Amino acid sequence: MKPIFMTYTRGDLINLAILLIVGVVIIPMTVSSGYWYTSILIPWLCLALATIGQQIIMGYTGQLALGAAGFMAAGAFACFNLILRVPGIPFVGALLISGLIAAAFGILFGLPSLRVRGIYLMVATLASQFFIIWMIDKFGWFKNYDSSGIITAQDIVIMGKPFTSPIEMYLVIVAVVTPMTLIAMNMARGSTGRNWMSVRDMDIAAESMGVSLLKTKLQAFAISSFYCGVAGALFAFTYLKSLEPVAFDIKLSFKVLFMVILGGLGTINGAFIGAGFILLFPVLLNYIGNNVFHGAIDATIISAIEQVVFGVLMIIFMIYEPLGMAKLWETIKIKIAGLFSKK
Amino acid sequence: MADQILFFIEVVVGGLLAGTMYSLVALGFVLIYKASATFNFSQGAMVFFAVLAFVGFMQDFNVPFVLAFFLAVFLMIIVGLCTERLVLRPLMNQSEDTLLMATIGLGYVLEGLAQAMWGVEVRRLDLGIKDFPIPWIADNLKLFISAIDLTAGIVAFGMIIGLTLLFKYTKMGLGLRAVADDAGAASSIGIPLKHIMLLVWSAAGVVALVAGMMWGARAGVQFALVDLALKALPVLIIGGFSSIPGAIIGGLLIGAVEKVLEVYIGPFFGGAIEGWAPYVLAIFFLLYRPEGLFGEKIIRRV
Repeated sequence: MKPIFMTYTRGDLINLAILLIVGVVIIPMTVSSGYWYTSILIPWLCLALATIGQQIIMGYTGQLALGAAGFMAAGAFACFNLILRVPGIPFVGALLISGLIAAAFGILFGLPSLRVRGIYLMVATLASQFFIIWMIDKFGWFKNYDSSGIITAQDIVIMGKPFTSPIEMYLVIVAVVTPMTLIAMNMARGSTGRNWMSVRDMDIAAESMGVSLLKTKLQAFAISSFYCGVAGALFAFTYLKSLEPVAFDIKLSFKVLFMVILGGLGTINGAFIGAGFILLFPVLLNYIGNNVFHGAIDATIISAIEQVVFGVLMIIFMIYEPLGMAKLWETIKIKIAGLFSKK
Repeated sequence: MADQILFFIEVVVGGLLAGTMYSLVALGFVLIYKASATFNFSQGAMVFFAVLAFVGFMQDFNVPFVLAFFLAVFLMIIVGLCTERLVLRPLMNQSEDTLLMATIGLGYVLEGLAQAMWGVEVRRLDLGIKDFPIPWIADNLKLFISAIDLTAGIVAFGMIIGLTLLFKYTKMGLGLRAVADDAGAASSIGIPLKHIMLLVWSAAGVVALVAGMMWGARAGVQFALVDLALKALPVLIIGGFSSIPGAIIGGLLIGAVEKVLEVYIGPFFGGAIEGWAPYVLAIFFLLYRPEGLFGEKIIRRV
């Protein structure tokens, strides 16, 4: 008999099937307005993928890294250059290679993690953030010597068919995000993830149990930045539709960090919950501002309020529920199940 | 040749003086770290919050300079009080990483509050000191040194000497060090933990206000201050997180090195290497001397 954590229960498979049917059949059939795709679903899935990357390094391996946006930029510009310079490269191939390039950066800037942790590592990863953005900005080659600073992303072409409408791009993203999420889940529950978590919980104990810190940490950095790189390429090609280094500044890194913390450290579904919350909350605030107060509140005030709420939530979650919204969701589910079973 | 040497000295001195501004931000950080072993990521946000409130009082309510300064100090004490009550106390005995993340949240709250209260536009702050070379030095030594840089340098040194004396020779300073070493043991022998924490956060708030005034007079009071304050982190890594002299030396080193690199190597790469050079320097320090120049050796117990 296999150990229980290696097998999927019937419930998991049913959930997956339901999610897939909703994602691939029901949403494309019922949602027709482009707004939902371009402003909510597409950025949500892209950022959720980046959040999974950050989740792997921070939530599972316990390394406080703060450079997700830098790796996203590396992935985005790698993808742009691959499509531009390699004739006939398939989009998915370019996507994978850009993920690998981001992973190479991840390994390079993950090296300090072998010696330092906590805020020390955070500063080291900040170096990657600033360095990658600066490099892209200052060497014209990466931007194909475009002086305007904003480059239009090429169309996504798969097997000769362009995917340019919002719904088509959405499907492309679903086709990338779904397998990558499943792989991440499998890694997290298999031996790879167990190594990560042992390093997170007690690195010295893990080492004495025969877990190689060098291998585990660098592997986590590589996989994490691979996810961020792919997410960055998708983000640039489908949501931004342009490439500019400014879009990947430190603010985006913080946003991804917040998604991980609010969503729940060390959970894959937390990545989706966190990304959804951080993305939708400003939309909700703007909606309230426009419809309840009829624009009486200045937009800058609204964005300031948004910042305050994120900060307060972060502190509240740190105090009361360090495992974030994903754990909250689990608790609610158990409570509800408990109500029914008593009857 | 003499001109080149003079120019080099000028670059270094300019860098050193600009570096004292990093030191000022780093100083607030060290204060809190020494007393509570908390990495206060929100120090940069505190700088922004304090100086924006100060300028806001002066410009929106026409409060005179001195009164505005004390109002801002009072505000920072309230911030310290709230932080101690609402953030630190519930998180007592949590891991360092948890506290760090909570202070990131605190930083967001402060940035948001400051902008909600005072708006987002860049404000000018006039301290009556000009960002021009001092004529006397320019004439006699042929060095161009900005008056505001020099003032910031003097202020920073003054604060550092004052704080070092406070930590070393007063009873309160002894209490602070005891709390930092072992909060539980310190409180069991009757050191009032709450007061110490409040005091430290207030002191960090005042340091943040002064740092913000110096930065603001130079570059305008604006959100970019938060990003500039991030550079205090490499300063701390180089100087050591728990050392007040370390903060100043680290700041000077970062200031001088980044200016020299920018002026002499930057042009080959299109400039703006100031943005990342301090962080890369910090990485090299991390590889060879993780505890920094003056920090205490980091011992992790199993």
